[in-house]
Amino acid sequence: MATVDGRNKCTGKLKFILSYTINKQILFQGMSVPRTLRAGKLNEKILQLFIATGKDEVLSFIRELNIHPVITPVLPTQMAQFSVKDEDVDIVIGAVQSDLTSFMNAWKPIISRFHLIIVKDPDLKEDLKVPEGFDVNIYTKADMDQVAGSALTSQLFSGFSCRYFGYLISKKKYVISIDDDCLPAKDDKGFQVDAVAQHLFNLAAPATPLFFNTLYDPYRKGADFVRGYPFSMREGVTCALSCGLWLNLADLDAPTQALKPEQRNSRYVDAVLTIPAKALMPMSGINIGFNREVLGPALFPGLKLAGEGKFRWETMEDVFGGMCAKVICDHLKIGVKTGLPYVWRQERGDAVQSLKKEWEGVKLMEEVIPFFQNVKLPVEAVTAEDCLVEISKQIKEKLGPLNDVFGQAADAMIQWVNLWRKAGSSSS
Amino acid sequence: MATVSTPLLKDELDIVIPTIRNLDFLEMWRPFFQPYHLIIVQDGDPSKTIKVPAGFDYELYNRNDINKILGPKANCISFKDSACRCFGYMVSKKKYIFTIDDDCFVAKDPSGKDINALEQHIKNLLSPSTPFFFNTLYDPYRDGADFVRGYPFSLREGVPTAVSHGLWLNIPDYDAPTQLVKPLERNTRYVDAVLTIPKGTLFPMCGMNLAFDRELIGPAMYFGLMGEGQPIGRYDDMWAGWCIKVICDHLGLGVKTGLPYIYHSKASNPFTNLRKEYKGIFWQEEIIPFFQSAVLPKECTTVQQCYRELAKQVKDKLSKLDPYFDKLADAMITWIEAWDELNPSQAKLPNGKAK
Repeated sequence: MATVDGRNKCTGKLKFILSYTINKQILFQGMSVPRTLRAGKLNEKILQLFIATGKDEVLSFIRELNIHPVITPVLPTQMAQFSVKDEDVDIVIGAVQSDLTSFMNAWKPIISRFHLIIVKDPDLKEDLKVPEGFDVNIYTKADMDQVAGSALTSQLFSGFSCRYFGYLISKKKYVISIDDDCLPAKDDKGFQVDAVAQHLFNLAAPATPLFFNTLYDPYRKGADFVRGYPFSMREGVTCALSCGLWLNLADLDAPTQALKPEQRNSRYVDAVLTIPAKALMPMSGINIGFNREVLGPALFPGLKLAGEGKFRWETMEDVFGGMCAKVICDHLKIGVKTGLPYVWRQERGDAVQSLKKEWEGVKLMEEVIPFFQNVKLPVEAVTAEDCLVEISKQIKEKLGPLNDVFGQAADAMIQWVNLWRKAGSSSS
Repeated sequence: MATVSTPLLKDELDIVIPTIRNLDFLEMWRPFFQPYHLIIVQDGDPSKTIKVPAGFDYELYNRNDINKILGPKANCISFKDSACRCFGYMVSKKKYIFTIDDDCFVAKDPSGKDINALEQHIKNLLSPSTPFFFNTLYDPYRDGADFVRGYPFSLREGVPTAVSHGLWLNIPDYDAPTQLVKPLERNTRYVDAVLTIPKGTLFPMCGMNLAFDRELIGPAMYFGLMGEGQPIGRYDDMWAGWCIKVICDHLGLGVKTGLPYIYHSKASNPFTNLRKEYKGIFWQEEIIPFFQSAVLPKECTTVQQCYRELAKQVKDKLSKLDPYFDKLADAMITWIEAWDELNPSQAKLPNGKAK
């Protein structure tokens, strides 16, 4: 059992008590509101059900009754430990380099008890070298071709995007994914960071996107909600995505890194925080964890740059996908966290070379943000899948004309959702 | 890379301190505060003499002074509540304000060094904010940080920073119910970050350790009607925080939170706090949706215009919650009128671009 910084946690718990005056009796559709009221059964959940019928008679009745939710905060109660079972976790590694020996040995104490999915970049020619002692399934081009066909494999899963194949075939509730050039980091006290445990804690504890807590994650030991934080929001929402950070080589774009070749990130910021609803951020795929059950296909390999290569500076798929995921999370009222855990990112590649080659991705971002800030999803879209299909339509319509890359991304998204549905139906 | 030293701004910044007991805490701050002008707002019994430690340049206002200066408008300034500090903002003639509670001391950073909170606030105010897109490496303008991959270049200039909200080690700023359940919890986690609160996001602003640009947002920093004769207390800074955030979002200004930390030494009595906050705990459930959905018209291009408009909306939408909000809306207008009277040259300055 992966016990992850778990401990009993005090948090506000809220009871809604409805007060009402009855001055009419109306029967509709077999549901008798007065009978429900008299039986003392009208609580907030039932009220929402009545409202959701959308029926005019119901709504006007509720208005006439002058039903006001009255919030009676109850003293904070103890909450269960936030822990996740090992068997609910898959660790997905996209192999863009062939020799994973030192990478996996460095992570061994942290990941050896979990099931690993290693996906080999279909463009990688050399054989993979993977050390003994792990519970691992390895997938190569042959496997991907079988599931998706070779044309789609090359469109969706080459380079860093090979990991999405891992997300596709995983059957677990939680997935953690780390770039294969990252090692465990040390925290500000010199202790090794268990990045997996931290991601799982982030995912198991609620997120708080509706209101900003100035003491950051209120569910961490030694912290809580501050004065002025509304009690009705203290239960939080499910955390769907946990975005970690990087020490040493931070995830900067090529121009920035080229301008500051000596800059290394040495600041360990001891915080996890929920990204507020409606706020967008650039998600880095280098070090993430997510709730696959809830997020489904929302993390996808869509945006492929023309000159995309084997260095992170030359990709934007995670940033683009991450913004879709955030829009979807906001719509579905689930949360995204950022901050801990840190991983140690090793030197690789030359920013100046990448800069010379292509920095189309940087320019594309200018179009993309206004688009995502204005995306509206219909109320009927209640799963991540529905949302993704809807977003791909809007991308094709609004961003497609600006650059071919977006039209292709929209198509890729649909292909991806189809694959996801196929994989889902054959998994049981 | 040589680090540029932070300007002192000693002629452009006032330190506003509300107090009802004494100012002994200033001794600890002397190395950092001595160059600055202090505005002391003495709450409570005006016949009491508050001793200011020698060597500080200050002006002190008690209730009699407030009544004399504001006349009939003095009723907008709270009595027997630290909300009275906003009087200090009004009478100041400087560009920047730093306000701190008299039970807040110098904190130490993880290396054991004393934290110059004022210097950090100045750094925060003098560098831009980034409210339109979240930077996962927090404040990109800090030494050793930058914008991450994917951050659009067109947004990297940022916007002017109006408010710098600092945090507290030791006694955390919890509400009464949380204090009652966790009387022994202390905040020992030093989070080495400054970040911009995204546009459209509200936050609980604490007035214990706060700095702002008076020229950019001053008129909106009214701390409401609290304390004696009022049905509520300990929501003064919260109220101001919700107002300033809506206005900053409208005018394209930034609000930062995080560093600097101060050391909060005094834990107030949770039972007293509960009595003060009680109504607030219920009311905030309505107030927050009100602020979250507040829209200011394009025509409001100055802080005063925005604030007057907000006061109107408070009267329209929150009065039905309790007649207190009717009084509060009136007091908000009184405050703006008093502000403009005391700060005539600022009255019609346009601030930033309204959306």
